[in-house]
Formats: sequence, structure tokens, C-alpha cells
Amino acid sequence: MRDALIELLCRRMESDPEVFFVSADFGAPALDRLRADFPRRFVNVGIAEQNALNLATGLALEGFKVFVYGIAPFISMRCYEQARVDLSLLAQTRELNVNIISVGAGMSYDVSGPTHHCLEDVPLFRTLPNFRLFSPSDAYLVERFAEVCLAEPGPKYLRLDGKPAPVIYGPDADLDFGRGFSELAAGSGACLVCTGFMTRVGLEVRRALEARGVDLGVVDVYMLDSADAAALARVLSPYRVVLTLEEGFVGRGGLDSLVHHCLEGAARGPRVFGLGLPHRFFFDNGGREQLHRLAGIDAESVERAVLEKIKSSG
Amino acid sequence: MVDFGLLRDKARWVFEQTLRIHAACPETRLASSLSCVEILVSLFYGRVLDFDPKRPLAPARDRFVISKGHGSICFYPILADLGFIAMDELKAPCSPASKLKAIPDTLIEGYETINGSLGHGLGVAAGMALGLERRAAAQKVFALIGDGELFEGSMWEAIMFCGHHRLENLCCVLDRNRLCMLDYCKNIIDLEPLGEKFTAFGWQAERVDGHSPEALVASFERFRAGGRRRPTVIIADTVKGRGVKRLEGDSLCHIRSLSPGEVDELLGADRDS
Repeated sequence: MRDALIELLCRRMESDPEVFFVSADFGAPALDRLRADFPRRFVNVGIAEQNALNLATGLALEGFKVFVYGIAPFISMRCYEQARVDLSLLAQTRELNVNIISVGAGMSYDVSGPTHHCLEDVPLFRTLPNFRLFSPSDAYLVERFAEVCLAEPGPKYLRLDGKPAPVIYGPDADLDFGRGFSELAAGSGACLVCTGFMTRVGLEVRRALEARGVDLGVVDVYMLDSADAAALARVLSPYRVVLTLEEGFVGRGGLDSLVHHCLEGAARGPRVFGLGLPHRFFFDNGGREQLHRLAGIDAESVERAVLEKIKSSG
Repeated sequence: MVDFGLLRDKARWVFEQTLRIHAACPETRLASSLSCVEILVSLFYGRVLDFDPKRPLAPARDRFVISKGHGSICFYPILADLGFIAMDELKAPCSPASKLKAIPDTLIEGYETINGSLGHGLGVAAGMALGLERRAAAQKVFALIGDGELFEGSMWEAIMFCGHHRLENLCCVLDRNRLCMLDYCKNIIDLEPLGEKFTAFGWQAERVDGHSPEALVASFERFRAGGRRRPTVIIADTVKGRGVKRLEGDSLCHIRSLSPGEVDELLGADRDS
């Protein structure tokens, strides 16, 4: 994901002199070319996330389109006050284009342990006014949103997975960032609403359930700040059961909150259940799948939960 | 030539107006706004800054970032006098129709950034300076910071960055009024030796009497002359609550308010004397 983004930015920096890249001492193979080719528009501030955002704000006020690059839990939470004051607040009165590229969403850095898991950023950035919060499930989505970042001002938080992602959309997908979600598969009876890494799990669960005669709908929400609530409600309303699936804490303002809110006030509609992490940190070892098994959000656990909720909502 | 008589007159007028604003809105931070009167007057009347009140964000302007926003209420009368905002704005600060709050924001023409939280301004100013330098633009960036906010780690992140990148188009003015909210800085964590600290981080440091327009303007002129190949910090030694005996030397003056009656008495007594 990040390589696709950096390679695209690298190409754009050749023709657009306004693009500036700020790293908080975080690298990638693709970044080596960018910093070699554009030394005057690349700066590494060191392990100093607060300064990375302060600096990005100043550059943006001078008209640059700034991309700030760092490790997810640190570039989101170490400098959250800078995101709030210098980006969210200031963007209400000044035009500025700052894009936080946050790498290592959720449990991407699985065996590194809980300091490197990033489980809180979705509610934190969903609550900041003027911020756009992008949670992609594949690299093509990232490339397409990069065009939005270059074209449209405002602060944006790009929540990228730390590991390679399977192709979900491909290069010709019909994407609508104003709508902010895609119905990947229409189903009947039950629908799984996912975001980011969990969308691939959702599709896996759909395939598994197909064999058991269950037609599970799958929706991928990629704009977590601004998905079109009315449009999402129209898609979800016909279902009897809607389950949200996220690699974040349940009931704490994440994807489940977004879905509950979009269905709020409906006279009739689906029963909504949240699947995600229990509200604790994970010190456990063994990799992401193992962590997901422990948390009950691996494909098998989700499959069981879907069947159980369909049954209990019958 | 800079007319220092004019600067002293302006400083006196700004002092009086700041007291009147405080009388109208006691939530304003008076003491920390009185330590930087001469700094702001020197910047805006001492032929230091290039600015256009009718086009406050014109690209050709010098940038002036105020990091210690709560302690810059004395900027309001200057902005009104120069035509950034209407003079009538000074009459009813913090009223529903006014854009002047107890802590300033970017709705007020002349304020470049949000500043209600400390430890932000210098890093943002560094970004502006880097951006201008990368565009080979001639404009300078000035940042007014307080000494209390030097307890924020983000300040030192910015100080390190500016020194390393030799941002010679950046001038940081440190209002060294020696006080935080609850105590003298030296009783909390001693900040000295400040000049040596900035120098060690790659800055050109000057120390001046922060209430002397002559000393301040001379420092600013040395900065403007350029050729330093490093950022400049002007450590302006000041007195918090300057000009109000009840506040000067009171370690809790940051949170002291004067009543409208006390302000009247002060200004009346001054006029009589």
C-alpha cells in the first residue's frame, strides 16, 4: 500500500513542484528514490512526530501539498494535539493541504506488541472536525485517494496497513469518495460491514458461508469520517442482520459507531452487532492471525458469529 | 530612520489600551500581555516587518507567528491602529459581535496561526521558513514565544530542527518574563543558560532589554542584515505585568485580574502624574 502511494507521489513530484514529503524517520524502499530525486522537497525531522506536524502545517500555509509519513501509533497519537490544533482547528479558517500517511494500521505490527498496535486512531480522527479519515482495503484504493489528496485541500489521515494487501478493487474500479463505501457483494439476510484489513476477512467469510448456503453481503467502508450515511442506510436497510467488523475496539467510536449512527432513527431495519476487539491491549505473541483468533475476529470466529446472529435474529 | 519617540508613545498607548481591553474582559491574560508590548511595537512600528493591513495574507508579507497567544492581547490595539481590524473592535472585546477573544485566533486579521495551546508556534514558523527558503523567497519569518512554553518538548524539537537546517530567515523572539502560571521558571526547572542552549543548538543568540525599543530594533536590524547562516533568537529580558506595580514581581501575576476600577485608577493616576 505504502509503496504504491510513494511511487505515485514520486511520479507526481516530477510535474508538481508543490508536493513536499516529511518523514518522521520512517523509511521504505520506495522512499529511497523519492529522497534521492527530490532532496529539496523531502525532509526527515527525526523521531519527532510533533515537529513533523508543526512543520507540515507551516509548509502547507506556504502553499505546499504536504505528506507526513510515520508509524501509525506514533504519527497519530504522539502528536494528536498538533493534529487537533494546527490541522483540524486551523483548517476551519485557513486553506491547507496536509496528508498524514500512517503506516501500520491495527495489528499490522503484530509481533512488536501493544506499543506498536494502533487500535485507537479511528475514533480519535473520526472525532476531529475538518479531517478526512481514509481506511483503504487495497492498494488501488490508495492510489486513487492519493489523487484526492493532491487535488483537494484539508487535513487527511490515511490509515494504511503495514503488510501487502490483496487486490480487492483493481485499477478500473468505480470508486466514489463522496459516498465513501462500496458494496462489494450484495447478499440477503445478513451483511458484514468492514474496513481496512478486515475487508479481506469479510470476503473470506462470505466465500466460506456461500458453501453453507448463506448469501452474506459485504460492504467496505473506506471513508470513515464522511461515508454517505443516507446511502449506506439504503444499502443496509433491507438486511435483517448487519454486523460490523473492525480491527479496533468495539463500542468505542469506530466503524460500529458509524453504522449505528447511519441507521439511527429508522422505524424498521436490521439488528446491528459489532465485531472487533475487546477493550484491552494484546501482549500475546504469534502473529496477526493468532491475535485475531484470540480476539475472535479471525475468519472462522466471524463465520460462527454471523451464523449465530442470523439464528438469534430469526 | 526609526523614530524612537514615536515607538515610546505607541508603547504607552498600547499599554493603556491593553489595560482597557482587560477591564472589559477580565479573562484576558494581562500580565503576560504587558511583557511583550515593546517587542510588538518595535516589530510593527520600527520598520522591521513588511506587512499590508489590507492584505494580511499577501505572499509578499513577512510572516509573524505568535506562539504565546494568550499573552498577546497587546497586539489587538496595534492591529486596530494599523488598520488590520476596526478600531471599534477594541471597545467590546469578548462580546457576541466581537472577533477579539480572551485568546486570539485566526479569525483576527494579522494572526497567522492558532495559538491557544503552547509549544506549536515555533515549529509552524519553522515550516514556513523552510517553505520560503525552498522557494528562494526573500520574506522573513518572526516567531514570538514565551519562556514558559520552553518546558514543552515540541519546542526543542523545533529548536533542533531550525539549527540543523540553518534557517537563517527565521527570527525567534523569546519574551523572557521569567514566569509561568504558578511560579518563576527557575523554581520549576531552571531554563538558563538560555543563550548558551540556543547557541549549542546552532542558533545565533542575542540578549537584549525587552523593554527598550532601541535595543530591540537594533537586534532586528542585525537579523535582517542576513549573512548569519543560522536562525536567530533574540532573548528579550522582560518584566511580567510591566507597568502595573501590583503585578510586577508577583509570582502569581499570570492569573491576577484587575478590576475595572483598578484600571481606571491606574490610568487616571498615570495621567495625573
